[in-house]
Amino acid sequence: MSPKEKIYPTVDAAVAGIPDGATIMFGGFGGAGFPNNLIQGLVRQGALNLRVISNNCGTGDGELGVLFKNRQIRSVVAAFPGPGAKYFQEQFDAGEIELELVPQGILCERMRAHGAGIPAFFSPVGVGTEVARGKEERVIRGQRCILEQSLGADYAFIKAERADHMGNLVYRKAARNFNPIMATAAEVTIVEVEEIAAIGELDPETIVTPSIFVDRIVKVAGKRYV
Amino acid sequence: MSKTSLTREQIAERAARELPDGAYVNLGWGIPNLIAAYVPSDVTIYFHSENGILGMGPRAKPGQEDFDLVDAMKVPVTLVSGGAFFAQDDAHVMTRGGHLDICILGGLQVSEKGDLANWRVPGAKGAGGIGGAMDISVGAQRLIVTMEHTTKDGSPKILKTCTYPLTAIECVHTIVTDLAVIDVTPEGLVLREVAPGFTAEEVQQLTEPKLRYSGTVPSMFPEAR
Repeated sequence: MSPKEKIYPTVDAAVAGIPDGATIMFGGFGGAGFPNNLIQGLVRQGALNLRVISNNCGTGDGELGVLFKNRQIRSVVAAFPGPGAKYFQEQFDAGEIELELVPQGILCERMRAHGAGIPAFFSPVGVGTEVARGKEERVIRGQRCILEQSLGADYAFIKAERADHMGNLVYRKAARNFNPIMATAAEVTIVEVEEIAAIGELDPETIVTPSIFVDRIVKVAGKRYV
Repeated sequence: MSKTSLTREQIAERAARELPDGAYVNLGWGIPNLIAAYVPSDVTIYFHSENGILGMGPRAKPGQEDFDLVDAMKVPVTLVSGGAFFAQDDAHVMTRGGHLDICILGGLQVSEKGDLANWRVPGAKGAGGIGGAMDISVGAQRLIVTMEHTTKDGSPKILKTCTYPLTAIECVHTIVTDLAVIDVTPEGLVLREVAPGFTAEEVQQLTEPKLRYSGTVPSMFPEAR
């Protein structure tokens, strides 16, 4: 049996069918590894009342910023929304948007747990802080811990440098960040890449995200690097 | 002797001397971000960044920036020989899992038990942000906080109990300020050094909890300056 065709001809085709109210994860950190073309596609697609899971909430119009500007997002799970997240901060201060702030490593681990089939886990991070509010606390081997729930999504929007036709992914430098974790934690993972390789062309030892985690691939115009 | 408290750069310079050769280190925002420039030339430090870099080097030179190789403040950086890339979850396996030797964070308040508040000023506009600070504070083998000793209006930032939202409880090992180096110990706060020109009594007046010291407390910069 030949592998399922995962390559989509356009960004708009890759983001088609996302319903209002969907939960979507977005990779990216510090300006690197954001699926900016998929984000622009989601603006054109127009889904509303989205719940988003992302380390931050955009920089001006950039990254997720345009989705807030377009008022497509109703709630956010984030570690560091960011002082440059103009539209998010305005809507947050106006009480128009819900926010769950999560310690960054716990955000990773909650998604990793979901992808790994672990419904919840105990962690010492956030004990004695606002983060612990409403969570079960237990002392484990002498250490105070709180119960953290796993975190999944309907879709993950991610960015990689290269994919092959099966969906194996290779990232570039610090643009990897949240992308491989989110690929494991969503029902449908959509990736934008700069290059598409033939099956067998990627060195199996260097593949970071195996194809089983990837559903839709779209090639976008590559960046030029130094 | 002058009575001027240290600059942010001088706090960073003093904090850099806490880093032993070969250490794996994470530096936070603010004053900690200035520290790498002051690591002595005979000391090698491997810097960790929570976006998946171990062996982060200096800022990229103009014209050589690679925007896939940035630090946690979005600044294009470099990778030292022997450096590695990995995903954000592995970056926090390193922080939370106790694999980093020393982490240095900025602070808004530190309590005498070593509780840290560093992510939100109550009443400030905006949502605030935790970032990696809670994972780092819980997991660091040794956590150093660098900050000004008092607020702009002169109120102590080293308190019996923090009044701002906490980052983590009982996590700080050492505080380096513009007036002093203070260790958090099970017996309380120990005044290890004072800024040039200041006395232990003067530092105590600007610190809410009792500081422990005896005799003349050494200078933060023993070489006269």
